[in-house]
Amino acid sequence: MDFKSSDTITGPRTEDHLPLTAQAAAKIVIVGGFGVGKTTMVGSVSEIKPLTTEETMTQAGIGVDDNYGSKSKTATTVAMDFGRISITDQLVLYLFGTPGQERFWFLWNGLFEGALGAVVLVDTRRLEVSFDVMGRLEERGVPFVVAVNDFPDAPRYTLDELRQALDLAEEIPIVRCDARRRASSRDVLMTLMSFLHSLTMSAAST
Amino acid sequence: MIPPQRRRRHPTQEPPPPPPLKLEGPKDGEGERPPERLYILTGEDGERAPIDLVTLIVARADPPRSAAPEQSALLRLCQSPLSVAEISAYLNLPISVVTVLLTELLTAELVQARAPVIRQARADRSLLEAVMHGLQKL
Repeated sequence: MDFKSSDTITGPRTEDHLPLTAQAAAKIVIVGGFGVGKTTMVGSVSEIKPLTTEETMTQAGIGVDDNYGSKSKTATTVAMDFGRISITDQLVLYLFGTPGQERFWFLWNGLFEGALGAVVLVDTRRLEVSFDVMGRLEERGVPFVVAVNDFPDAPRYTLDELRQALDLAEEIPIVRCDARRRASSRDVLMTLMSFLHSLTMSAAST
Repeated sequence: MIPPQRRRRHPTQEPPPPPPLKLEGPKDGEGERPPERLYILTGEDGERAPIDLVTLIVARADPPRSAAPEQSALLRLCQSPLSVAEISAYLNLPISVVTVLLTELLTAELVQARAPVIRQARADRSLLEAVMHGLQKL
């Protein structure tokens, strides 16, 4: 990767600068299968134009037919689109989505660690593409809610049918949304926050 | 029409440890090794500060003359607080490279890092309430 010479680097626009008082940031991860609208959701609620960050990893034999036992290493770049919401002058919330390559997210150390929670975005035309991601969140104990991104030509199931199909625990919220609409995406984040809040309340009462 | 059916999984006691890296090639049935990070700009095995994607970085000083171009660019970007993810995006460098740069700048006390809010066993209720309040205003 070539480093851009410093005079070609464009930093944030003046209006995108965080105040000097910004003390801490939290993150939320939006997951789901390819093309389900994760980047759309990030873009619809972000106060900045979504940016892309990436991590480069090497892995032996990704997609390499290694018949001769030679050591081949392939560099894999995992990209994440993300956006930002200033909550207060002190607190900032970051939302991470991704264009694809789900199998690598969980190898990206630090992506899910420390995240407040996750939104699993599902498309009823391809419900099964989200199964593996949901299982991995469950294994890691990352709390999540499910948002059904309604596409016009998608099969209509009731939320109860979807809850059953996704084998969701009773307490996990599932809502419909239109990821293109800011208010709708905002409501999904609010659903996640309320859920996390209820988890802390029930933890406090035990 | 019946949707496909998933089966729920359960928390593993500990996150599955990555299989140990071996010097010899993969044996049958374990063709995939866990990815390792690439450290490009420095080859030193220096200590790394715990830097998260959303650690906020603020420059404490102007770039010294001796600073590498990447470090100078980073210091100029961070006149106001910027997350590690944003630095990576603006500099067009992978997170692991930015982390190495930041570790050096932190050691030289040229930047300040503001630790992220992370999920704990018991999340901070007032934090969640602040976030909900902020989202309502969107």
